[in-house]
Amino acid sequence: MATILAVDDSASMRQMVSFTLKAANHDVVDAEDGLQALELAQMQSFDLVLTDVNMPVMDGLELTKKLRELESYRFTPILVLTTESGTDKKEQGRVAGATGWLVKPFNPEKLLATIKKVLD
Amino acid sequence: MVIDISQFHDVFFEESFEGLDIMQSELLELKPGAADPDSINIIFRAVHSLKGGAGTFGFTAISELTGILESMLNDMRNGQKDITAEAVELLLESVGLLRGMLTAIKHKAPADDVLRADIQNRLTLMMAAETDDVLESDNLNDDSSAATQAVGGWEIYFKPHPHLFQTGNDPVRMLRELATLGEFSSEVLDEKLPPFSDLEPEDSYLAWQLTLKGDIPKEEVLEIFEWVDEDCDFTIQALAVEVSEPVEESMLDEPEVTELTSEAELPEQTVSNDEAVADAPLPELSLQTVDTVADGTNGKTAPTASSSIRLGPDKVNSLMDLVGELVITQSMLSQLADNFSPEMLPDLIDGLAQLERNTRDMQEGISGIRMLPIHTAFNHFPTLIKDLADKTGKKVELRLTGEQTEVDKSIMDKIGAPLALLVRNALDHGLETPNVRLASGKSETGSLEVKAFHQGGNLIIEVHDDGAGLDEQKIFSKAVEKGLLSANVELSVDKIHKLIFLPGFSTDDVLADESEHGMDVVRNNIESLNGVIDVQSTKGEGTTFTICVPLPFAIIDGQTVSVANEKYILPLVSIIETLEINETDIKHVTGKGELYTLRDKYIPIIRLYDVFNLKPVISDLADGLVVVVEARGQQIGLFIDDLLGQQQVVIKRLEDNYRKVQGLSGATVLGDGSVTLILDVAGLLALYRDPSLAMHNERAA
Repeated sequence: MATILAVDDSASMRQMVSFTLKAANHDVVDAEDGLQALELAQMQSFDLVLTDVNMPVMDGLELTKKLRELESYRFTPILVLTTESGTDKKEQGRVAGATGWLVKPFNPEKLLATIKKVLD
Repeated sequence: MVIDISQFHDVFFEESFEGLDIMQSELLELKPGAADPDSINIIFRAVHSLKGGAGTFGFTAISELTGILESMLNDMRNGQKDITAEAVELLLESVGLLRGMLTAIKHKAPADDVLRADIQNRLTLMMAAETDDVLESDNLNDDSSAATQAVGGWEIYFKPHPHLFQTGNDPVRMLRELATLGEFSSEVLDEKLPPFSDLEPEDSYLAWQLTLKGDIPKEEVLEIFEWVDEDCDFTIQALAVEVSEPVEESMLDEPEVTELTSEAELPEQTVSNDEAVADAPLPELSLQTVDTVADGTNGKTAPTASSSIRLGPDKVNSLMDLVGELVITQSMLSQLADNFSPEMLPDLIDGLAQLERNTRDMQEGISGIRMLPIHTAFNHFPTLIKDLADKTGKKVELRLTGEQTEVDKSIMDKIGAPLALLVRNALDHGLETPNVRLASGKSETGSLEVKAFHQGGNLIIEVHDDGAGLDEQKIFSKAVEKGLLSANVELSVDKIHKLIFLPGFSTDDVLADESEHGMDVVRNNIESLNGVIDVQSTKGEGTTFTICVPLPFAIIDGQTVSVANEKYILPLVSIIETLEINETDIKHVTGKGELYTLRDKYIPIIRLYDVFNLKPVISDLADGLVVVVEARGQQIGLFIDDLLGQQQVVIKRLEDNYRKVQGLSGATVLGDGSVTLILDVAGLLALYRDPSLAMHNERAA
């Protein structure tokens, strides 16, 4: 069981991700954009951050970069959810400090299988 | 664990509609050629979210279309593609289409596949210019054919770079995952491990030589390392002798390249698939909509509609289901008839009710094939208005109502151009500039409303503006100048307004290029659909054009009434109420006939036997009934002998076999085989206003 921060500007994706993770006995906190997520991340610690890339206010790459600058998130797994499967986007995620990515569309099974790769 | 994601559909619909609203308003604000990058970003993000959601929830048609839109917007965002007016227009059309598709999915209704294929086609064409990157990825893709499974297993060398932990990845997890794939053994290579005093706890020093035995696809192995392929030294060799080729990090990119390629090819595939399904050419419906935008005045050269209708298999299936039900009902009824006895009457009545239901479903199903929501004709009005408003410096708020009103395809093909011209005229000639409006005490922003609805087997479209109204004097003198009438004729205001429909009439010389075809083209188009167009205008308050087109195959709920031993049918929807009144309640007004005071309002009483030149059986108002009916916002009282039954009737138009008769919308065959005329309330009203119209009717009744 892990504590997970799920960030997505789309309410339906947020609900789907939260529901799936909660069903797998994880604790989930969700945020609508990068800035909100960053604030939440500073208030409590998370074992994993799942973030959408394209979001208003602060996008997922910026959030990743900002989180990595925080002492307590230097080694935390950060997965970016992206619909863009192009190499460029993944490279950007990597440069920003993301651990890995999950290409949209994904189903609950794929989500759970993927987070297993970064959770003990 | 199986999670049913359909529980999130409603939220998805809700946010998607919001996203589309945002897209539409941003697109309308967009200045082609000088677009605000922020706007493009917002639009891109909306499409992007929609695509992601649609993909997740399995709405493939939507994710396909948004995929094309996304790459187009991405190119715009990167400056690789110009933001032209055509592109914005097509994007706006796509927004309308997406809205329709979502609505259809939400209500489990059939989608407009024709429109989708058409728009998708045009998007692909617009995108076709820059497909070079597809070639590129094809080349890359060829290399990947080496990625096949090895029978024996894999020999892997894995040396994480020192900073690996800082990416959040952990070699231990990867090794653990690898071990789940097959028979796994590992050897730690620790020669790089420094003495403890020099050890940086956050760095990675170890390397591994790994052996994985078993019939394991290479892709599965690569997937485990895909997130770290640039943060490690990595080689993989097949244990089997045949395919032994060291693979460098770059190979790890293979799955991505494959995805990239398939994504790029997707639009083309879709289009060709669609075309394979339909052996008929695409109907030209939407193409005409485009013509209208490109040349809003070109009313006469409407392209002929293609003779075939494309039909999704789901529609055919649902019709087959209906036929199936009909067959069941029929066999049930014939079984009943075989040994009928009076006590089975309730069964018979039930059976007949079921038959009626089946028939109605069948009728709706079949006419549904030919019906399209009128929003496809309305779609481009926002852009049209925006362009014109920009050009003329006028401010206008456009309101579209009844966009979901369903219209027969044949009407849709012909109504787009005249409608666009009316909308255009309303802005060009009707609405005033902000200064003028303010000076005359109106709000700065003009209002333009386009409204579509059904009324008694007719499609009604109203185009209303709150502008200056028609200028009678200008119209009159123009008509005289053009030799259309002589200067000493006296005409009512209403009749002067109608002069604008005369051939070759156009009032504004400055904007002649945009309106030179004028209203007579509009009238011709409408009349070719057996429709009528009317104008009502009040100086200083605005103008309303009303188009009334009969639906070609219409079934209405009718009220049978008797008048002088004849039966007529009134459309039920037009009836407000039925009254018993006395002669003493009536006022006789010269030129207006009989008026009745109905709750502070005078309504004219029309004696139907007079209209149809019948010999009255009941002529005393107290002995008959007055049916109050309404058309175009005005009420009239029809004096009849009695109300008879109500039933569904199929309207057969008189024009097809005889000619148009004012006051009648058609005829129908009743259950007993008799032919009955159907009253046209709007026509009766027109007849009351202008009795001269009755001249044409003399021999009709």
